[in-house]
Amino acid sequence: MKQFLAFVKKEFYHIFRDTRTMLILLGMPIVQIILFGFAITTEVKDSRFAVYDLSKDAVTQQIIQKLQSNNYFTLVEDINSPDRIEELMKAGKVSMVVIFDADFEADLLHIGEASVQLIVDATDPNQATTMTNYATSIITEYGQETAALTNTRFLINPQTRMLYNPQMEGAYNFVPGVMGLILMLICAMMTSIAIVREKERGSMEVLLASPVRPLFIIIAKAVPYFILSVVNLITILLLSYFVLKVPIAGSLILIFSESFLFILVALLLGLLISNLVQTQVAAMLISGMALMMPTMLLSGMMFPIESMPAVLQWISSIMPARWYIEMIRKLMIQGVDGIYVMKEFAILTAMILVLLGVCLKTFKNRLE
Amino acid sequence: MNEIVIKTNNLTKKFGNFTAVDNITFEVDKGEIFGFLGANGAGKTTAMRMLCGLSHPTSGSGEVAGFDISKDQEKIKANIGYMSQKFSLYDDLTVGENMRLFGGIYGMKKSDIKTKTDRILNELGFSAEKNTLVRELPLGWKQKLAFSVSIFHSPKIVFLDEPTGGVDPITRRQFWEMIYEAVNDDITVFVTTHYMDEAEYCDRVSIMVDGRIEALDTPKELKRQTNSQNMDEVFQKFARTATRSAD
Repeated sequence: MKQFLAFVKKEFYHIFRDTRTMLILLGMPIVQIILFGFAITTEVKDSRFAVYDLSKDAVTQQIIQKLQSNNYFTLVEDINSPDRIEELMKAGKVSMVVIFDADFEADLLHIGEASVQLIVDATDPNQATTMTNYATSIITEYGQETAALTNTRFLINPQTRMLYNPQMEGAYNFVPGVMGLILMLICAMMTSIAIVREKERGSMEVLLASPVRPLFIIIAKAVPYFILSVVNLITILLLSYFVLKVPIAGSLILIFSESFLFILVALLLGLLISNLVQTQVAAMLISGMALMMPTMLLSGMMFPIESMPAVLQWISSIMPARWYIEMIRKLMIQGVDGIYVMKEFAILTAMILVLLGVCLKTFKNRLE
Repeated sequence: MNEIVIKTNNLTKKFGNFTAVDNITFEVDKGEIFGFLGANGAGKTTAMRMLCGLSHPTSGSGEVAGFDISKDQEKIKANIGYMSQKFSLYDDLTVGENMRLFGGIYGMKKSDIKTKTDRILNELGFSAEKNTLVRELPLGWKQKLAFSVSIFHSPKIVFLDEPTGGVDPITRRQFWEMIYEAVNDDITVFVTTHYMDEAEYCDRVSIMVDGRIEALDTPKELKRQTNSQNMDEVFQKFARTATRSAD
């Protein structure tokens, strides 16, 4: 035990003495969350839109007028063919197209119900939501006003279609993504680099020739990064709760215990990488290319998994972060009970068992 | 009758078809300075790794500090010190912290670590550097400290793997004075080196060629047998027979 503590202490010295890396590790989650905080509060101003009016009647003209007079929206073009919608969107000239069905006014007067379609560029999901919300409220408001005036029941249904990002993965959902990414980065990448550094320096040889059990060396290396991860986890949760006002609907105990599970997976991955490579550069590249990139791109953090090609969906299902992020989304944002994340829990546990086996095998081989 | 602290019997290590260490048999007495010479790739490091309990022999047997190198590796590790050329202490730890770490690893008491640290630094004249980061010290100092650390826990045997690589002649001289002091404290020294003047300082030397021990005797006797002026000539005569290229 004394050996172990002497060792853990040494690992902490390594981390604290490397001020730059430590600041990055502790600061990164803060920066990421704050950046997102700003992304959310960005107001939609002066959004350019186009109108594709198939009806061209008095009511549609009035609605267009109303949208235009609002200082959030600027009408750019009155278009005449559906192809033009795509053209304008792709050229980035407009971020919203409003489409009125033919016989809009007639439908409204006779059936009391008419549909208007909003097509929105959801490349930036936050902006897209805000835009649709504004536009929808303006249109509904118009409907209510007219209804009050004419004393009839008017119902205008704005139908929204999000282009490019139909899932509307918004900022709330981004917080679990940041958690997954940061934990993966610290546990897997930093642990693997720290272990490989000893190999590269030649100090591993000296340690192995000492009575310290090799497994102790590895565990002692993981302890500081584990603590660092927990600190980051708390920072992220605090910031997202107080700064981003993301509700933490589920139980904190569950969130933390599931996070520990994920941390374990990440630590094992880091260990596996350190067993396979000989240099710090290689460790960094492998953890960067094989862990960070797929975690960012394939875990559903940025792009919805459902809209990926089947091959990528299949790859994403072996990404531990995917299951962790899904689990945290459910726990944190939807606030579900533990039983609803059993599937993710089981998958992560299975991953731990497999990794543990592979790690022990490669670790033994390396000692020879 | 001298006590034997290292004993090997037909010790062999194979990697696939390659025989790195080929049936070596030798003994090292207690309190001896044993020079382990050989060109790069001759199998010195592999042999040393087996003796330190870092690697299992393919065949043959050996004993270090009275323990079997195939079975009691953990007990061997507690009784030896090891210093490699590549690693000399942690750069980002201070001198004192390095000593505390290695003392702790070998299970020494806190109070013992403290008194010993002060004593060693005092002897080396490094007392003022106790709280200096190792990275700020010159290479020669680091090597001397690394040696002190490797015998910090008073091991029975210390294994030195090219301890003076890249060190200037004066520091090397001081380094060897430290080795002699260690021997006075009843520590057996097992050292590999490429400097033949250092080989002269050893009580006995062995010369490894292609995984086998081709010569083993006192420097004086080896020079007489080969009719050489110095150890460098002796080494040249044996090493020339090598067929294996350096790795």
